[in-house]
Parts: sequence; C-alpha cells; structure tokens
Amino acid sequence: MKKLWKGNEAIAEAAVAAGCRYFFGYPITPQNEIPEYLSWRLPEVGGAFIQAESEVSAINMVYGAAAAGARAMTSSSSPGISLKQEGISYIAGAELPCVIVNMMRSGPGLGGIQPAQGDYFQATKGGGHGDYHPIVYAPSTIQEFVDITYNAFDTADKYRTPVMIIGDGMLGQMMEPAEIPPMKDTTSIFQKYNKDEWAACGHSDGKPRIINSLRIEPDENEEFNIRLFKKYEEITKNETRAEEYQLSDAEYVFVAYGSVARICKAAVVELRAQGIKAGLIRPITLYPYPTEVIASAAKSAHVKKFITVEMSMGQMVEDVRLAVNGLKPVEFYGRCGGNVMMPTDLVKYVKEGK
Amino acid sequence: MKIVADKPKMLTDVPLHYCPGCTHGIVHRLIAEVLEELGKVDNTIGVVPVGCAVFGYKYFRCDVLEAAHGRAPAVASAIRRVVNPENMIFTYQGDGDLASIGMAETVHACMRGENITIIFINNGIYGMTGGQMAPTTMPGEKATTCIYGRDPKVNGNPVHMCEMLATLTGPAYIERVACCDVPNIRKAKAAIKKAFEVQMAHKGLSFIEVLANCPTNYHMTAVESMQFVKEKGIPFYPLGVYKDITKEEK
Repeated sequence: MKKLWKGNEAIAEAAVAAGCRYFFGYPITPQNEIPEYLSWRLPEVGGAFIQAESEVSAINMVYGAAAAGARAMTSSSSPGISLKQEGISYIAGAELPCVIVNMMRSGPGLGGIQPAQGDYFQATKGGGHGDYHPIVYAPSTIQEFVDITYNAFDTADKYRTPVMIIGDGMLGQMMEPAEIPPMKDTTSIFQKYNKDEWAACGHSDGKPRIINSLRIEPDENEEFNIRLFKKYEEITKNETRAEEYQLSDAEYVFVAYGSVARICKAAVVELRAQGIKAGLIRPITLYPYPTEVIASAAKSAHVKKFITVEMSMGQMVEDVRLAVNGLKPVEFYGRCGGNVMMPTDLVKYVKEGK
Repeated sequence: MKIVADKPKMLTDVPLHYCPGCTHGIVHRLIAEVLEELGKVDNTIGVVPVGCAVFGYKYFRCDVLEAAHGRAPAVASAIRRVVNPENMIFTYQGDGDLASIGMAETVHACMRGENITIIFINNGIYGMTGGQMAPTTMPGEKATTCIYGRDPKVNGNPVHMCEMLATLTGPAYIERVACCDVPNIRKAKAAIKKAFEVQMAHKGLSFIEVLANCPTNYHMTAVESMQFVKEKGIPFYPLGVYKDITKEEK
C-alpha cells in the first residue's frame, strides 16, 4: 500500500525491509531523518544504532559490522562524506558489502545546506585513496529511492562492494507517495551470500577469517587491483542503468540525474508543447556510467546536441563528453551553491542558447 | 619426553616480524595464554591496528580484522552489536594508533562502556614509521621529530591514558602494567586475564596499558631498553589499577 513518505524516512524504512540491521551515523543536515528514524526503528527489529563520535568512526563501525557478516549502513551529507572516504577505501580494499547514502549539499568546505550535485567526482571516481569505485545510484523519486535502497544491499552482498546512493536535500526532505516492499528474511542472507566463508564473527573451526586491506607485496597488491577491476567490469555489464525519455526522435538531448532530471523532464514536456523535439537521458547508475546509452544516442542522426544539466559547475559533463566522443556538441547548463534551475530556464536555454 | 613449556595454540607458526628484543611478542603470547586458560580461543575476534602490530592478523589463530589507523575501538564497538555476547573481542593498539589518531575512538568507546578489551602498547614512540614522537613520548625523550628531546613548550605534553580514562563513567577496569622484567610480565598477564574476565562477565570495557620497549628506535640494546622502561618509563607512567568496578561492587 502506498503511503506518504518523506524521502529520508522512506530510505530508512526501505533499508530495514532490505534486512539492514545496523546503522552508524553522525548528525548533519539534510540527512538527519535517516539516523533519527533508524535510532528507534532498528531496535524494534533486533538491530542496533550507534550515534558515532564522528563520521570517521561511523564508517569504521560499518566496516566492523559488515566484516562480522551483517547488513550495515551509514548516511551523511557532503562534508561528512568527505570524512568517510578513508573508511570507504578500506571497505573497498577489504571487499566488504555496505550501503552509504549521501544527501548532497553545496560546497566546497562547509558550503550550504541547499540541494547540490558537487560530489559527483567524489562519488564516482573513488573518493578515497587508491584504485576503486563504489557502485553509485542516483534515484530521482522517493519510490525509486525505496526500490534502489531495497535492492542495494543485495547488490553490495553479491559483489562484496560498497554501494553509494546519492540524492540531495530536495529529495531527502520532500514527501511523495511510496510503497515499501515486504520485509526480507534476514536469517537467509548470511547463508545466501556464503558469509560464513569470510565473515569475522568468531569462528571455532580452527580456520581464522581475516578481514584486511594490507597487501604489502607489490605483486599481491597488483593482483588484487586487477581482480577488483575485473569485478567492476562484471558490475558494468550487469548493473548499468539509465532511463531514456522521449529520446526516439529527440534533437536536443538533456543528460541529467537525480532531482535535476525531474526538472529536465518538465522542460522536455514544455519544449515539445512548443514544437521543439527535446529528450532526456537519465543515468540511474553514475558508476557504472551508462556510456553506451549516450554513445548510441550520439550516433543517431536526429540528435543535434547534448545539454548536460547539473547542480554543479560541471562534473558529470566530462563523462558525457567521453561517451559522445566528439560526434555531437556537448553543452553544459548548471546552477550551484544551492540554487536550483527552473524548467523555464532550460526551455529558454534550448531556444536561445543561453 | 615430557613437554614442560610450549607455544600457546592460539599463536600461529608464522615467524614474528618484530625486532629482536621487542616486547610485542611477549604481549601476544600473554593474550594467547590468557584466552586459552579462559577457554575462549575459539570464539575470539581480534582487531589489530596500524603500526608495528599491523601484521597481528598473521599471529593470532582467531578471526581478526585489520582496522584503519586508530579506528579499532569503533570497529570493535560495531562487532559487539553483531556477534554473540559470549564472543570475546579485543583490540590491540599502539600509542600513535590509540592515543593520537584514534583518541576520539578510544575515548568514546570507553564512554559507551563497550564490552570489549583494549590492549594498549605504550612504548612512547612510533616504531614502524621509524621513531617519530608519540603522544606518550616523555619530556626530554628523543625522537626523529624532536631530535633534541621532547620539549613540552614546543612539542606539547604527553598524555596519561589510564589516568584520563579513569575519569570516565564507562570503563569497568583500567590497569597499567609493564613488560620490562619477569615479575612485571607476570603481573601483566594477571591484568590481561582480569580484563578478559571482566568482559566475560559482561561488566563493560577493560583497558590494559602495557609499558613496552622499542630497542630499535631507542637506539639501545634489548637489555638497555628494558632498563629504560623500568627506570624512566615506570616513574613517569605509574603502574597500578586505575579503575575497577568489580571492586566497587564488592
């Protein structure tokens, strides 16, 4: 049954339904409803919540809980996500599954608390030190946040990798009707993903399980990096997702994700009402990036140009240019600092080129 | 043939990488002996640090996590939520790890009174990185980042962890011991045993600080480094029990 859910709370309940039983976090706007909700909700389902002393501790608690075989999660917003990067790198290095939510705000530095998308590079290109990528999802509605959160724990367990879900204050704070899927059976998760083979939860079979990212021999570490990237190839093959909207005859193609994609959709509707053939490609996974979808559109004769729209000074646009590979012009329209573009701004941009 | 002394089964056969004369090996052995005596080897989870004990996961025959620098108490706190209350959890951390970069994690795990055991190896120097000043380097003691000796006016003051943590409500048991001679090593073993017994009784956090040596970075022989701990270390970091709620309960 659909209920009216606030974005952050819907993510929290979807995580519970997905079998997440441990949450570790630290207060920061605009994501506070996630830890607040889970602080009372998790004990109800036999889980636990710790308000950590810092973001650094929170992500290392996720490391510990995930290493012990549990489904664990943390959430934060941009400055807090920066602090978590150390732990995310260790989680990637130790091949542990977890889910991290970033409700982005504007930066750099303390920035502001209004919606922004300036953490694209940080999220998709690794963020912390070393060669790794988390899987990054960018939902654009509350229902999509629910569905992606619900499945993200399975994806994390399947590949033993950190999964990041990014939104912004607009999506975290708004309310929309959404349906939370049924509660998953948590007792079967441990067996299903063979966690007994590797989880450090106190074994008595004389075969110690070691959770570690230290590989001091160059050959060993190189071999690990190569194996990790083979896994990313597999993830790219299986998990890449994008939505195509009004693309079949589009001459002007917006590329946007998250809340901005909704604004672009409104602009597409208005442009088409005025007789201008606009369309949208909305990456749902930012890593792996839907390069093929964009490359294929670039080869279509009807496409005149791409307009990447972001709440930043232009970050994803680099991946769009790589995908288009010079076949068509790639332009950028951005607002930042917490400002949000209007559909009319985009209509005007397409019609007047500014 | 009768075996009169044997290596604890909880220690693996991997040769220790520690420098000759270093007391890490002794403390590893004490932990292993104690857990064997308590019958807890099988369900123990260790969390090892960044620093000289970074390879600790090779030496203990139990599930072990390698934590990021200073984060072991946070990692252990989360494991405590997930596993069975009967599982023993310990962290093994040096002074840079526990009292510098991980100070917040240490203090807050103690504030929460987590039912874990923290073994704190204090040798007053960064061993693995080559002898830099630690948060516990004593005034006048030389290190590669205070080559004329630690000057509190320039380098700040060292921290007394047991004394500081004893001011908190959370910890159940806090004791400082030394690893500089046989009588003290025997006392260290008794303290570590007490710490794990406190955890077994679900009394809360137990914290054992072990005054250890670093012959390599003290530029001393093994014997001289032991003497140094005894003559300089113990007077500055007095040994003893700083908190014991089991005593208060009696």
